[in-house]
Amino acid sequence: MPPAIAASAVHKSYPAKPALDGFDLEVPRGTVHGLLGPNGAGKTTAVKIMATLLAPDAGSVRVAGHDTVTEGAAVRARIGLVGQYAAVDEELTGRQNLVLFGRLSRLGRRDAVRRAAELLDRFGLAEAADRRAGTYSGGMRRRLDLAAALVVAPEVLFVDEPTTGLDPAGRREVWDTVRALRDGGTTVLLTTQYLEEADALADRVSMLAHGRIVAEGTPADLKADLGGDRVHLTPRDPADAARLAALARPHAAGPVETADGVVRVPLTDRATDLPRLAAALTDLPLADLSLHAPTLDDVFLHLTGDGAEALAKTNTVKEKI
Amino acid sequence: MTAVGTVVSDVWTMAGREVLHWRNRPGLKVFGWLFPVMLMGMFTALLGGALGQASGGDYLAFVMPGVLTMTAFFGLDGTMAGVAAESERGVTDRFRSLPTSGLAVVGGRCAADLLDSVVALAVVAATGLVFGWRPDLTPAQALAVVGLLLLLRFAMLFAGVYLGLKAGPEGVQSVQIAVWPVLFLSSVFVDTATMPGWLAPVADANPLSATTTALRGLLGFPVGPDASWLAAHAATFAVVGPLLLLVLFVPLSTSAWRAGRR
Repeated sequence: MPPAIAASAVHKSYPAKPALDGFDLEVPRGTVHGLLGPNGAGKTTAVKIMATLLAPDAGSVRVAGHDTVTEGAAVRARIGLVGQYAAVDEELTGRQNLVLFGRLSRLGRRDAVRRAAELLDRFGLAEAADRRAGTYSGGMRRRLDLAAALVVAPEVLFVDEPTTGLDPAGRREVWDTVRALRDGGTTVLLTTQYLEEADALADRVSMLAHGRIVAEGTPADLKADLGGDRVHLTPRDPADAARLAALARPHAAGPVETADGVVRVPLTDRATDLPRLAAALTDLPLADLSLHAPTLDDVFLHLTGDGAEALAKTNTVKEKI
Repeated sequence: MTAVGTVVSDVWTMAGREVLHWRNRPGLKVFGWLFPVMLMGMFTALLGGALGQASGGDYLAFVMPGVLTMTAFFGLDGTMAGVAAESERGVTDRFRSLPTSGLAVVGGRCAADLLDSVVALAVVAATGLVFGWRPDLTPAQALAVVGLLLLLRFAMLFAGVYLGLKAGPEGVQSVQIAVWPVLFLSSVFVDTATMPGWLAPVADANPLSATTTALRGLLGFPVGPDASWLAAHAATFAVVGPLLLLVLFVPLSTSAWRAGRR
């Protein structure tokens, strides 16, 4: 059986800038794959190409065994798409939306009505079913959007930043739904800016930066690569940054990085390492000191050894990992 | 289901969606249907006295063909604004991710917009009848009147799809302003013979004038002996004008739609 998604050497340029620049991805069936990257990395462009909404300039994508350009209709019959912004018709009620999408997905009228009722129940929207979707809260709208993508059980579900702008309760609901789908055999491609979200949901994660995959592995792999917490130190005099980095180096669990006048020091164990580090710095006046759990920024800094800008020029990042 | 059957069924579903929009927000739609009536009232009750004296007689009977033409023409605005608003919404991406023909999305809008204009025209005609308009038509002439109006509306559909896709929400506002000079620089409200000599031919060349003048011919206001060549052949141009617009805008709107998929 072919993989759920196989993208190779995909390029896509917009007039102003390249959006995808040699994008490769393979996702086995029945898994949740996280596509992680900052804003502007090309996540949404990648999803649009995989979901047949955009055609690539070069390269090829096969989804559920079909080519997205030459067999677009076959792909569309096998996928579901949950966009970054709830893609429902706000002028229609929740029920009217689901019946509409059911009809357009080739369900008969009666089946579409029955399926809509089932999904409204399952997503806790039964009470609001006959109100216009425009009057729904953000979380309700997102749930309706998810329900719309599931009217016909898709083989591959694309979920583009599903929890952006949701409160914690809404986020948990979306997470539970994604897990339930995976358990039901659906392949899920999830894009997110949040490491935490990929960690909670994804079997494997690909990191996207400047239009190409710069790292791939299980969340555990990536985190192991990254180490633990980091201390961010800002010297009062920016000229002291190099001296500060040198003082901190003996206490660091890995390479000390400096970006924008902030010195970032990785720690193995914050409870023992931080007091030692602080003691070593008593002679150097600091403007700020803060402790950070690993963030996406850190991952990128770590992967590239310098600022994210340099990532664009680094063609050999993949080999480093 | 055959491929054609599928598209027809999808067009029907998408047209039904527009009708549900109207039903969910009846106020908006009813206002849209009453707007031409409001303008008609303005021209007959407020300005009709003065205009009627100039045109020498029954201004309501004179202006009704113009008001009907205007109503068909205003369909442009509805189609354009609808298409522009839709292209901004995420729901369009969802339609494109479904195994639904892109044709059905446009086709559904077209079917619903035609229905919308039929209702708007009926409302205007009924209002005219209430205020004493008494058209004297054979069934064949009545059919010709309806046919010319729908032909114009059909041309406006494709112009609207193209402008809506190309112009975006800001561009739509500009076009919404631009429709007014197009409307007034025509025979819709006045006889173009009363315009300055250099301007009358411009107004006569307006496709709205051709439809209006042709309808007047059918509804008992034939053009005078001193009418321009364009006005004298209005019936021909009322058919040729919209067809030319279709020749222009069908390919343009189709390619704009395809470009949107890239």
